[in-house]
Parts: sequence; structure tokens; C-alpha cells
Amino acid sequence: MRLAKTSGIAARLLSVLITLFGISVFIFIVLRVIPGDTITGSLGIETGVLTPEQIDDLKRYYGIDKPLLLQYFSWITSFLSGDLGFAYSTGVSVLTLTGSSLPVTIELALFGTISGVIMGIAIGMFSAKKPGSARDFFGQLFGLLALAIPGFVLSTAIVTIMANKFGYFPNGYEYMTPWEDLWMNLQQMLFPSIVLGIAVAAPVMRTTRSALLETVDKDFIRTAFGKGLKSRTVQFRHVLRNSLIPIVTMTGIQFGYLLGGAVIVEKIFALPGMGRQILDAINKREYATVQSSVMIFAILFVTINLVTDIIYRRIDPRIK
Amino acid sequence: MTTKKQEKTWVHYYFKSTSGVVGAVLVLLMMIISICAAFGWTTHDPLAQNPMDALQGPSSTYWFGTDQFGRDVFSRAMDGMRRSMTVSIVAVGIAGFIGVSLGVLGGFLGKWLDGFVVRLSDVIFAFPAILLALAIVNSLGNSWIDTSLAIAIVYTPIFIRVARGPVLTIKELDYVKSVRVLGFSSPRILMSHVLPNVLAPILVQIALSMSWAILTESGLSFLGLGTQPPDASLGLMVSEAQPMAAFAWWTLVAPSAFITLVVVGLNLVGDGLRDSLDPARRQS
Repeated sequence: MRLAKTSGIAARLLSVLITLFGISVFIFIVLRVIPGDTITGSLGIETGVLTPEQIDDLKRYYGIDKPLLLQYFSWITSFLSGDLGFAYSTGVSVLTLTGSSLPVTIELALFGTISGVIMGIAIGMFSAKKPGSARDFFGQLFGLLALAIPGFVLSTAIVTIMANKFGYFPNGYEYMTPWEDLWMNLQQMLFPSIVLGIAVAAPVMRTTRSALLETVDKDFIRTAFGKGLKSRTVQFRHVLRNSLIPIVTMTGIQFGYLLGGAVIVEKIFALPGMGRQILDAINKREYATVQSSVMIFAILFVTINLVTDIIYRRIDPRIK
Repeated sequence: MTTKKQEKTWVHYYFKSTSGVVGAVLVLLMMIISICAAFGWTTHDPLAQNPMDALQGPSSTYWFGTDQFGRDVFSRAMDGMRRSMTVSIVAVGIAGFIGVSLGVLGGFLGKWLDGFVVRLSDVIFAFPAILLALAIVNSLGNSWIDTSLAIAIVYTPIFIRVARGPVLTIKELDYVKSVRVLGFSSPRILMSHVLPNVLAPILVQIALSMSWAILTESGLSFLGLGTQPPDASLGLMVSEAQPMAAFAWWTLVAPSAFITLVVVGLNLVGDGLRDSLDPARRQS
């Protein structure tokens, strides 16, 4: 049994490695092969002024005169050795950029997930208590609207209301890391976490509601009531606990998606995270930065899914 | 298994649910708005600038007010809805066609094709949707076709999974095995026995994917990577409204409401289809 579990994880790891290889090829094709070349990208129409010799020199400088296979190989080997390239405009290495932006995105994603799970489970329980009632209707309406209102609309509304009606907008100040100013940092994380949390809360709420409704009908719940336990005890100790598996799975999936939402939210709330790093690089046509940053983002995403999968295997005894 | 009779029943079940009807009405309303905008039947010209009327609140002339150039917000939102709807239909059409073909073929034929299809979808699934769409649009360009293609690539694996799963089960069923023994060709088995049985989950997926496609499209244009000014798109309108929302709230209302309503509608339609197409979930 234990052996089977371990080899299951090993097989999963191997398949993750193959997927990561596929991802690197995919990113390389999408970002390097399709868009023409870096020179036209960084110089724009001025490329037309260059002599063929100058273009050749530039191509040699950027390493794009070599065959594609060789280009891929040299990118991936330097990526693996920690050399993620440089941003042309500032000369800062992408590794340094990522070192400061990755923690921001991870902190944001963690807060977003935590607030989303709390909101989702609370509203799911609130809804499931009396299916078909008015409170269930409002619970489900929340789930639907949270799914449908785009993060950028919600963020724009919050920015407008908070900054103009209440004069409170911590994200208007320069970003502070938790080490510099923890209190400021937490305030700056507040609104973006809520926006991301609401997006996470919708599916968590739906999953919680249906898992709870399914569990309530089970015999052991009737037994628990029969033993004379208080309703609250049964709700938390028996119903919620036995509904946790689908909720944890859904949370893991959402944690990954939330990284995508971070791209937009980071821009609006001026947080210097991975999402903004990629957006800035796209706007400045820093292809090396885009390529390495997207790869790091994908690795993060795959890792989160792997961890979810492992946790899922641990808590669900039915999976061998 | 007469399909005609079955069709009658699921439509019947669909319209019995209130949320399904509300969803259908919302989607239909947004479709009508899009079609009107496509024919130029907007209340004003969405591009016409009218500086004298800049930043006016809602009135009987300008239902949702005007923006900083005096352009009619409602007409622009209508035109934006048309763009979002077009991108969403084209993207989901491409993703659905390619995804279902690959999924059904991979699941049915198995072997290397299946292995390749599964790997490919794993790879695409390894990116958050908006990020991948962003990277692809960055390479392709800003036109609506580029946006549609990017979104199509992002959502293809979802259709692969939705189609492939049931095919794996169906091809092992006794009646499919028996028609194969009878000497039916693979294409015939696929078309007349396998495909009709995976249609239900695909229909549900189409509705849900269209709602995500609209969110992705508006997200991209919000970030400045989709429709370019002066053309109207819902995401771009929200981003343009942001600096003036404090004193001209109406510039934010129409585009936000349009996106939310169409996404709510598509989700309700998806839920309604799921409940009415699945006999086990039908409520009497």
C-alpha cells in the first residue's frame, strides 16, 4: 500500500518533468519563433535603416543567427543554470527581477486563497443549511456574481470608492515589502487579496454547498444526531470534515488560476509582482524577460498542482 | 434511441428551470445587442466625438451618459459587446472543433495519437489562461482574429478532456463492440455511435467556455493587448473609465454591466444544460 503510494508520486513526478519539457518547447515556439525577431521587436521601424551587415551583427549579438534547435538548447541550458537573461533597457538580470517580484505574487496568492476559502466555505455552509430557501438563493447569487464580475471591474470599483469617497488607498504609496514595513505591506495586500479571494470563493462556495448537501444525507450524520450531539457540533465535526476532500481539491485548482488573476490585479493595485513584470516586459518588448518569466510562472503553476495532487492523495484514503 | 423524442424532453426540462430561462433570456438579449451593433443600429455612432456633450450623465438622449470625448457610452458598450461576442464565438468554435476532434480521435484510436493529445493538453493546462493568452497575443498581434486564436489555443485542451473522457468509456460498451464485430467501419462507428453520446457535455462546455472567453477577451483589452483605441471594447472602456470613475461613474456602469450580465447568462445556460441533459440530475 505504502509502496504503491510512493511509486504513484514518482510516476507523477516523472510526468511533471515531461510536461515541463513540453512547456519549455511551447514557450520557445510561441515567444521566439512566431514573433519574427528580437531586432525588429526592439528597434521597430528603425530596423529598415540598418545595413544587412549591421543586422547580421545584431543577430549574432542576440544569438538568433543560429539554428532554432541550437537557440532552444542554449536558452534552456542557461535557464537551468540560473542565467535567465537580462532586461535590455535596464541591464538588470531577470533572476534579480524575479527574486523581488516572485515573493510579492506568492504572498498575494496566499492571502487571496485564504480569504477565498474562508468566504467560500462560510457562504457554502450558509447556503446549504436550508437548500431552496431565501438564504440559499442569496448564497448562490453571490456564487454566480463572484464568477461573473471580472476582477478588473471589481478592482476599478474598489479603487474609485476607496480612494475618492474614503480617501483611503494604501496602494497609492510606494510598495513596501513585509520586512520594510509589515503594517503597510498588509494594507497594500488587503484589497487585491479580497478581489482575488472573491474569484476563488465562487467555486469553493459551490463545491462546499454540494458536498455538504451530499454528506448531510449519509447515515453517520443521522447517527450523530441520534447520539444527541448539538447541531453545531454535527455541522463542523461531522458534516464539514467529511466534505473537505472536494473542497481541498477545488482550492488547489483555484490557487493556480489565481496566479493568472494576479496579472491584472497587480497592475491595478501597483504591486511589483510576477504578473506586472511580464506585462512591463511585454510592453517594452523585452523578449528574454517575457520568456524566462513565463517559464517561471508555469513552473510555479505546475508545482502547485503537484502539491495539491499529493495532498489530495494523502487525505483521500480511496486513492492508492 | 430515437433522437427526436429525446430532444423534446431535454428542451422541456431546460425550460422548466427558472435559472435556465433567465440565462437564455440574458444571452439572447446580448446576442440581439451584438447583432444590432453589427448592423450599425446603435443609438449613436460609437466613434462619433461630440466635445460639447463630453462627460454628461445619463439622460434621455444618452442613456448611459457620455465619455470624455462626448461619445455615447451605451453605443460604445453595444459595439464592445459585438466584439466580445464575435471573439468568443470564433474562439470557442475553433477550440471546440479542434478539441473535440482531437479528443474523440485520441480516445477512440488510442496509441501514440492519444499520448500526444494528452501531453499537449497537459502542457497548455500548465499556464493560467490569461497569461497564456497574453503571451500568444504578444506574439501574434492585437486584432480580433489574433485574440480569438489566442483564446482558442488556451481553451482547446478543455474540449479535448471533455470529449476524450466519455469516448474512453463508450468505446468499451458492449453495443459499440458489437457493431465493430458486425464489421462497421471506424468512421461510421465514430459518427453514428460515439459522437452523439459525447454531445451533452460538449454543449455544456461550449456555454461555459464562451463565458470564460468573454472574460479573457475583456481582460486582454483591459490590459491594452486587445482592441486598440478609438475602437470600443468592454475591457478597454473599463480601463479608460478608471481615472474618471470618481466624477463620471456612468462611464463604468454600462461596460461592467454588459460583461457581468452576459457571463451570468452563459453560466446559467451552462448549468441549465447540464441539469437538463443529464437524466440523473433532472428535477421532476
